[in-house]
Amino acid sequence: MDLAIIVAIDFVYAIATLALISLGLAIVFGMMRIINLAHGEFMVMGSYSASVAVHHGVNIWIAILIVPPIAVGIIGAIIERLIVRQLYGRMVETMLATWGLSLFVVGILTMIFGDITEGVPTPLPGIAIGGYQTSGYSLFVIALSVATMGGVYVILRSSRLGLLARGTMQNADMAAALGTDTSRIYAVTFAFGAALAGLAGGVLAPVSGVFPTIGGSYIGRAFITVIGGGAAPLVGTATAATLFGVINQVATFLSNPVYGEVALLLAAIVLIRALPQGITGRYFRRSL
Amino acid sequence: MKFVITVLRSNWRLVAVGVVGVVLLIALPLLLDTYTLLQITLYAIFGILALSLAFIWGYGGILCFGHSAFFGLGAYAYAVAVINMGESTAPAVIAIVLPAALAAALGYFMFYARISDVYVGVITLTVTLIFYNVINSTAGPKYHIGDALLGGFNGMPNVPSLNVPFLPDNTLEPQNMFVLSMVLLLVVYFGLHWLLATRFGRVLVAVRENEQRVEFLGYDARLHKLVAFSIGGALAGLAGCLFVSWGNYVSPTAFSVVQSAQIIIWIMVGGAGTLLGPVFGALAISWLTVEIGTQQWVNANVILGAILLIFVLLVPRGIAPMISERLVPWLLASRRAAGLARDLSQERSA
Repeated sequence: MDLAIIVAIDFVYAIATLALISLGLAIVFGMMRIINLAHGEFMVMGSYSASVAVHHGVNIWIAILIVPPIAVGIIGAIIERLIVRQLYGRMVETMLATWGLSLFVVGILTMIFGDITEGVPTPLPGIAIGGYQTSGYSLFVIALSVATMGGVYVILRSSRLGLLARGTMQNADMAAALGTDTSRIYAVTFAFGAALAGLAGGVLAPVSGVFPTIGGSYIGRAFITVIGGGAAPLVGTATAATLFGVINQVATFLSNPVYGEVALLLAAIVLIRALPQGITGRYFRRSL
Repeated sequence: MKFVITVLRSNWRLVAVGVVGVVLLIALPLLLDTYTLLQITLYAIFGILALSLAFIWGYGGILCFGHSAFFGLGAYAYAVAVINMGESTAPAVIAIVLPAALAAALGYFMFYARISDVYVGVITLTVTLIFYNVINSTAGPKYHIGDALLGGFNGMPNVPSLNVPFLPDNTLEPQNMFVLSMVLLLVVYFGLHWLLATRFGRVLVAVRENEQRVEFLGYDARLHKLVAFSIGGALAGLAGCLFVSWGNYVSPTAFSVVQSAQIIIWIMVGGAGTLLGPVFGALAISWLTVEIGTQQWVNANVILGAILLIFVLLVPRGIAPMISERLVPWLLASRRAAGLARDLSQERSA
């Protein structure tokens, strides 16, 4: 029984982290139909901002929950202004530019912090379940992931900005004709997506350690989840993260995490063949 | 005779490339020391790699962000096979066939699902990321294929060079390696030119321009893209095979995202939609990367990222189209203007 609980926590944790690292990417994709290839680096910048804050004596919870989204959100807003906006409507060029940005940021981080791993302490102790020990922080990450999804749902569903964003997502031309400043909506969305990436980076910093190229270990899974999910950011992320999280975890149990990722990729390629628009392109079409 | 001149005239660029290529092929080994020659061999190998992506991206319109997957697979396939077989003829073939098969399989899932460019880019990139992670994790004695240890992040050292087909004792010296790489570069360049002039090539370019219209005309766009993608994969595998044979070493960085990005940068700098441009892009950027490697104060990724950003934002079509469409007409126009002025002055003096 205790073992079953531990295994269940592992599965839910895999799904929750997948959703957490993908949500920012999914929101930008749902809105602009581009994949931000610098998403991994946004997460790394979040991790570094948390690490710097901790080393300057900031309270650990503030350092991982408040500092990263604000810092990366501001960086995201600047990048939207300088780069993404210049390439508006040219999706391929936008992706190439964010790729250039990703290399640039990795280089800059390596120059500032060096090619070494920095640690952020884990703020929660382990929890004993029967005879087994599990990490209390995993449970926190699960709770936070659920809360973030819920928060985004509330913002999209019941705020005025969310209404404008949903309108722009459905039909940008019509929204613009009705007087919405769509380029401002895009800017806010991009910064919001960046802030969510920063949050994910900050929250996962104690688990994974912080070094300049760690973005590469997240983005593969995040890309797969977003593409598998399709255009609706919340439902797409939730369903794809659940599906891929389970596949990943089963394969990881049977072999090791690397083959878990391979199983994920194969599953995604087969899924794309069957549902080219992702899960939400076929099911839950009117969802968020 | 007149016919020959007409053909030469209408294809003067190709003829010029051929002449320059052959001159370099003969002259460089005589003029340069072995170290420089080795360096130029690498540029020629990267030139082949650049051509493989220039073909599928610039002419096929297939947005492959993970081209290093095929390069790396070719490299590893050659290394594993040659260590097991001790002779390089079959391994070289495997290093071409295996990436082509991967490209065909991947292409089937992507093109027959008719997914968008954005998805193709991201899926190919993800494939490369995962190859990198898998190979990186194979450190230790339990990961081996036959006699070949995969070596994980340490890579595979002491991979034998290519030998004269079916003569395992007759391995290629650096000079021979240079000649082989240069000849293959020229063959690939002219081969792709020929391919683009065939019916297949023309349909492929038409698919890039407007996939729907081509299908209305009765061509199977998916099949054309699939074949082109496989050819690109095969050529990238060939480059990978030559790369390992050149350095006798392969590591997971062959699969890395930075390697993929570099190939894209070659094309962006040289100009998508040309063949010569990307080859020069490969040469210039590879040279630049070597130069950056000799100093400490700025990281190579910063420069590469900045180059990609600057080209996407400011020179989106690359340097080659800029030269052929802006600079050359400008020169011609100024010469014509000068000629016109001369005519006028002659008339006046007459």
